[in-house]
Amino acid sequence: MKKNIDIVPLLSSLLAIVAGLVIGFIILFICNSDKALLGFATILTGPVTHGLKGVGQVLYYATPLILCGVSVGFAFRTGLFNIGGSGQFLMGAFGAVCVGLTCDFLGPFQWVVALLVALILGGICGGITGVLKAYFNVNEVITSIMLNYITLYLVNMVIKGNKLLFNSLRNESRDIPKLANIPKLGLDKIFVGSSVNSGILIAILVAVIIYIILEKTTFGYELKACGFNKNASKYAGINENKSIVYSMIIAGAICGLAGGIILLSGTGRHIEVKDVIVSEGFNGISVALLGLSNPIAIIFSGLFIAYLTAGGFYLQLFQFSKEIIDIIIAIIIYFSAFSLLVKDIIDRIKQKKLKS
Amino acid sequence: MSSEYAIEMKNITIKFGSLVANDNVTLKLKKGEIHALLGENGAGKSTLMSILFGIYQADSGEIYVNGKKENITDPLVANRLGIGMVHQHFKLVHNFTVLENIILGCEDTKNGLLSLGDARKKVIDLSNKYNFNIDPDAIIENITVGMQQRTEILKMLYRNNDIMIFDEPTAVLTPNEIDELMEILKNLKEEGKSILFISHKLDEIKKVADRCTILRLGKLVDTVECAKVTKEELSEKMVGRKVSLTVEKKEPKLGKVELEVRNLIVAGEKGHKDKVNNVSFNVYGGEIVCIAGIDGNGQSELVQAITGLKRVKNGKVIVDGIDITNQSIRNRNLNLISHIPEDRHRDGLVLDYDMGKNMILQQYFDKYFSKNGFLNQNNISKYTKKIIEEFDIRSSSGENTICRGMSGGNQQKVITGREMSKPHKVMIAVQPTRGLDVGAIEYIHKKIIELRDKGIAVLLVSFELEEVMNLADRILVMYEGELVGEFDPKKVDLNELGLYMAGSKKNKVEVA
Repeated sequence: MKKNIDIVPLLSSLLAIVAGLVIGFIILFICNSDKALLGFATILTGPVTHGLKGVGQVLYYATPLILCGVSVGFAFRTGLFNIGGSGQFLMGAFGAVCVGLTCDFLGPFQWVVALLVALILGGICGGITGVLKAYFNVNEVITSIMLNYITLYLVNMVIKGNKLLFNSLRNESRDIPKLANIPKLGLDKIFVGSSVNSGILIAILVAVIIYIILEKTTFGYELKACGFNKNASKYAGINENKSIVYSMIIAGAICGLAGGIILLSGTGRHIEVKDVIVSEGFNGISVALLGLSNPIAIIFSGLFIAYLTAGGFYLQLFQFSKEIIDIIIAIIIYFSAFSLLVKDIIDRIKQKKLKS
Repeated sequence: MSSEYAIEMKNITIKFGSLVANDNVTLKLKKGEIHALLGENGAGKSTLMSILFGIYQADSGEIYVNGKKENITDPLVANRLGIGMVHQHFKLVHNFTVLENIILGCEDTKNGLLSLGDARKKVIDLSNKYNFNIDPDAIIENITVGMQQRTEILKMLYRNNDIMIFDEPTAVLTPNEIDELMEILKNLKEEGKSILFISHKLDEIKKVADRCTILRLGKLVDTVECAKVTKEELSEKMVGRKVSLTVEKKEPKLGKVELEVRNLIVAGEKGHKDKVNNVSFNVYGGEIVCIAGIDGNGQSELVQAITGLKRVKNGKVIVDGIDITNQSIRNRNLNLISHIPEDRHRDGLVLDYDMGKNMILQQYFDKYFSKNGFLNQNNISKYTKKIIEEFDIRSSSGENTICRGMSGGNQQKVITGREMSKPHKVMIAVQPTRGLDVGAIEYIHKKIIELRDKGIAVLLVSFELEEVMNLADRILVMYEGELVGEFDPKKVDLNELGLYMAGSKKNKVEVA
């Protein structure tokens, strides 16, 4: 039996990307018409024309994007909107910092335990949202946004109050010793000078596992059924409340893992004690949208956004501000949110072709 | 104003994607006639009316109103041309009064303030003229469905609409209300109104319509004088083959009691009275028991209590000797109860899953369908193919078809096939043929009777009296949460049944 693969969603994502790039070029042109073409070329080729370091950077940037994207996409496929990725990410980062700074007796297993703790803390954070939604009917969007702030201040408070964790000179968490960092598995030898590490492999592995759970297992069958139609799931005897909690725990755990990986990358990222919510969780929403919530597609959309981000870094060579990249990414997301409209347009074009 | 026709739709064609919903259809509505539009589900009746009312634009074809070519681009234009429509689901504001609903959109104002005096007088006059017997100050949500429909009709009269479209107007009414509506339609006709009504009930069409246009698969089959054709001829034209309108069945062979309901009470919403009030009955293996009644008298809640979707306040439900009153839905689903739910989209299907995944909705964890937590796609496929074949389910790509894209009749067949194929002792079917056409109804009725003859206990809830009379071995009438009568379908006529359904007559029902 041949399966019909629907290419329209893919097409609409590609069209969104093209539209974003075109408008990005227009903006470049308005800012500085002389260097617009050069700048645009840099966005497209920057990461590859600067040696393997650029590619390594893309992989490094892509790691949290893919993980948070998979988290949001997974929740979305099960009917939930996980806007609390940032809080879950921060909890994961916090877990990794705690284990990384205090548990050196674990030796070579320290990073593994740190990641596990990150996973668990993120999962708890997501689970709270899930329980509130399932058993008290509180909208998950509200609770997860609130949890973003609760975790932010909670983590700030604990870090600030603990000398083992707090670097008072720089007002951030202390450096995690090199030994506790996740291994690079030789990736740093291939992509010399970049920050890449085995985190990217973990991210891809997680995406594949989530894909398998969603598409191949009875567990995923239940979760998706609840997401598509809560009433029919109840009618079929599926415990939809339990499904909601499981979904949120898994989504939270993935974001937590992302937080853990970034903090254990040895790239100078710390938990800064200030009143700003980390952006990773929100970026995850964009990546999930562009990847149409399909975990495998999210690997590519994450890589793509990371590629643009890395390109934006080189854009500064031509005196453009790198925020232009954020604008382009935003436009791409905008258009992919309009995917239905795009789909409609494609359908109409198809019809015209049929008629003529 | 010289034309003989109020409406002429000529050579209308409209496509949705690759689907041709109307293919070169011509429909002519004479002035002052009642014209029925008959067809199976998906035959394109509603689409055609939506084009006339300006909701869709035809790809080709012309519309003439009173002999003049018009371009109806939206419902406002239709209104201006004197075309009014009563939709199947009424478009009323529930917490407004009848009067407020009628004037909505064409309110009289004085110095910027609403002035209802003239409008009230006009509405009362109209209501008297047509014997509507309606209170203009009643709130919509407090009046019966029949009254709500009259409000819709008044809306059209108030706007001086001369051409009236009714989309399946009788689907929601009791037998008595249907009779009254038929009278109203005839009165409207005598006043010179031209009426188009969509239906697939042949009785009504024979009763009131002058002419009837039949559509099949988007194409015009014929336009006939109703007086000159028989019901059988009409249904044959509609379906394209001979259909038997009565169900043939043998005498039931009763087995043991499979479903026992004892003193069941289901609470209503907070502050409201109980939805099901002390109901007791038995269903034996090999018989079909029908719960007749008007929608909203506690039938849904009764079914939800039996299937576990709603909690029971008091009483017991026993299936196959097992007390399941407090069992989980899954435990009831497994081997005991099959349930064809009232709302196939809300409860019956995960529309975004393909047919295969829908077929295993209650059994996906079964050893046959999964191994170590992974779905066994091969077996799912095999199982689905068997049901597709047995129940003649039509779809674009077999078990991989996403259910959302299937026609209503085939979706219903998916549910029916699934529920009938999984092991069960009791079948609970709620409105199993709602919205289906004659062909599909005939098929599902046949399957239900097959089930009965296999010794399954069938509990059927239906608002269609014809279906109740055709299928039931025993009829229980439900009114305001109570059972008010028990009948042998061979010994009761429709009018009598209607009186019980409307609550005018009551008997005590003893458990057999």
